[in-house]
Order: sequence, then structure tokens, then C-alpha cells
Amino acid sequence: MNGVHDMGGMHGMGSVAREAEEPVFHERWEARVYALNRALAALGKWNIDASRHSIERIPPSDYLRMSYYEKWLAGLVTRLEESGLVTRAELESGRPAPGAVKATPPLTAERVAATPTERDWFERPVNAAPRFAVGDRVRAKKIHPTGHTRLPRYARGNLGIIDRTHGAHVFPDSNAHFQGENPQYLYSVQFSARELWGEEAAAHDSVYIDLWESYLDPA
Amino acid sequence: MDHDHQDLPSDPALRVMALESLLVEKGLVDPAALDALIDTYEHKVGPRNGARVVARAWVDPEFKKRLLADGGSAITELGYATQGREHLVVVENAPQRHNLVVCTLCSCYPWPVLGLPPVWYKSTPYRSRAVIDPRGVLREFGLDLDKDVEIRVWDSTSEMRYLVLPERPAGSGGMSEEQLAELVTRDAMIGTAKVTLTGAQR
Repeated sequence: MNGVHDMGGMHGMGSVAREAEEPVFHERWEARVYALNRALAALGKWNIDASRHSIERIPPSDYLRMSYYEKWLAGLVTRLEESGLVTRAELESGRPAPGAVKATPPLTAERVAATPTERDWFERPVNAAPRFAVGDRVRAKKIHPTGHTRLPRYARGNLGIIDRTHGAHVFPDSNAHFQGENPQYLYSVQFSARELWGEEAAAHDSVYIDLWESYLDPA
Repeated sequence: MDHDHQDLPSDPALRVMALESLLVEKGLVDPAALDALIDTYEHKVGPRNGARVVARAWVDPEFKKRLLADGGSAITELGYATQGREHLVVVENAPQRHNLVVCTLCSCYPWPVLGLPPVWYKSTPYRSRAVIDPRGVLREFGLDLDKDVEIRVWDSTSEMRYLVLPERPAGSGGMSEEQLAELVTRDAMIGTAKVTLTGAQR
């Protein structure tokens, strides 16, 4: 979707504000939101692409106003409701529905200790051969999907060169909507800064973007 | 859809407390697992991991080759990918080439080697500008690169994660791997700084 989250190349956002000796979390509730997101993901009711899409659907004015973990919280509440894990009535009352069966949490402290940086694996075996090879010229499609996509607007319609192949990966555009993983080849595509931004850009600079095969046409 | 959720208290701290309590009562989360998840990234996993990877690459050319060929496998040698693999690409700086990592669409960041990202990395100014004005962004970080230096910006749009292998600073020849790791900052591994002998601003 052409949301405000797709902000590469936008102007007017100001300078980059840094904080010396920044803590990992500024408030305890941020840490809890972070951990709730990780722990609830283990239930398998959604995937990382659906998570991202729940945050992208935050209305633009709210998206720009909210802090990072406020967005994580809003996305989480959306997913809890949409997945049916929690009902609106439960959110309103703060109590489980009468007669609700208590579940068993899938993520335990022991599992966290054993695999502290546990992360899903997204590469999948496929039968097809890659359509493109390193060095091939490609053009990012000019498309405007209304659902989730990882093809940034600033790349669309532009000419690039295949820099490397990452193998076949889960396709976010379908996975985010629970329409299957549909793995396809993923490439790192080099776009010259001048192709993306015009002649004012530095001659030698490039942006490398990871793009799935169906985002690309031969050129 | 209603994203405002007025039903939960408006103060985030109270809202989160109410939500956690509901989820615990429903048996969906274990508070001890939440504590362990927080402890991992507050105390165990952070940029020191990445710094050790960089220092190893500086002193061990064979490791560096493996790291650049398949970063996700190479970091398992230092124990940083507990699944035995990780989607990680390491990109190397050189005198005429500077790499910079961003995620314009959200906040993708190489957690196993750098921990959780700083606020600025997730901020709208950095996400919007790193791809269109990398030189301006780098100047704000105090890095004024010569126009002959090629800048490669890596937009993390997939599950692949990117780590910058900075240049080893001149004059560090006599230093041990451990001393070298002390010089390597988080920002140098994102690409918004270089490693210096006096470095260690993290």
C-alpha cells in the first residue's frame, strides 16, 4: 500500500536526532510491548509480514505522531483482535470472557534462554530456476498494490542491475494476507542514485534494494 | 477500522499493564518468558557481538572471506546465531567505498549482532533521507565523505539483514583482537561512523 510508512526519499522530516548513551528501552512499558510482540508471535496466529502490515495500516497522522513502541502496541492490538485471540469485549473489560478456556503459553523462559536470538528462516526450496542472473538489467515494475508490499515507491519504474541472488524467500505480498508463502527468488538490486533521484545525485552512489522476482521485469 | 482503542487506558504504561494482565490470565503469555526476552536484549545481545565479529575479520583473513561470502554462517563461529544460521549479509568498507544501512519501510536491523536499534535508526528523518541524501545524513553524524568515495546504501526490504564491516583504523597494527573490538562502535557497523583509535562512542 502507498502508505506513509513507505517514506524513502520523502522531504520535510527534519534532522536525525541522536541520543548519547541511549538505553535499550526508555520506559518499562516499551520493554513489555517488545516482549509481548515476541512472545505472542510464538502462537503462530500471524507472521512477520502480517505484523508489519498491521503497523502500516495505522492512519498516517497517527503513524507519524506515535513513538515506535506505541506503533508496536497499536499493531499488536489489531492483530490480537483480527486473529480472534482476544475479543473486543475482553479488551474493553480487561478480563477473559466468562467460560474461556485458559491456554498454555508456547514461549517459555527456558526456550528464550536456549535460543535468545531465535528468528524465523525465510528461504524456501523451489523447483524453478531463477529468472535473473547477477549482472542482468532489470526494471522495477510500476505497480501500486493496495495490500502489503516490500517494493518501495522510490524504486518503482526504475532501472537496476542484479547484484546478488539470495535464494527463494517467502513472498511478503501474499504472506501478509495469509494467502500462502508463495516463495520466489529474491535479489539484491543495485540502482544508481542518478537513476533514482536524477542528475543532482552523486555520480558513483547507489542504493541496493532487496526485491522479489515478481517485482521485476527484464530490461 | 478503529485503531484508537479507547477501551484501554490512554497512558501507554497503564494500557500495556492492562493488556499484559489480560493475556497472562488467558494463558497466552508467560511473564517469566517476557522477562527473559527483555533481559536478552538489555544485557546479553548488543553491538559488542558485532564488534567481536569485526575484530575477528580484521585479524583473521580466512574468517573475513567466510564472513563476506556468507555472513549468516560465519557468525555462528562466534556463537551469534543460535539456530546455526542467520539471514545476514556483511558489506565491506574500503578507502573509496562506504556502506550505509537503512530500512525505509520499517525498522529491520541485524539484532543478533547489534541488538535492538537506536531510536534514530527507526526515526522518520533517517528512514526518509538515508536513501536520497546519504551524504547529508552522514554529515550530521560528523562524517564528510569526499565526493569521489562511492556510497552504497542498503535498504533492508527483505528478511536479509546488513552489517557494515568498517575499515580497520590506521595505527592499530599492534593491537589484540580484544582491543580492536573495543574500538568498534555500533554506528560504524550501521555505516554512520568510521572506526577510530579513540572511537568508543557507542
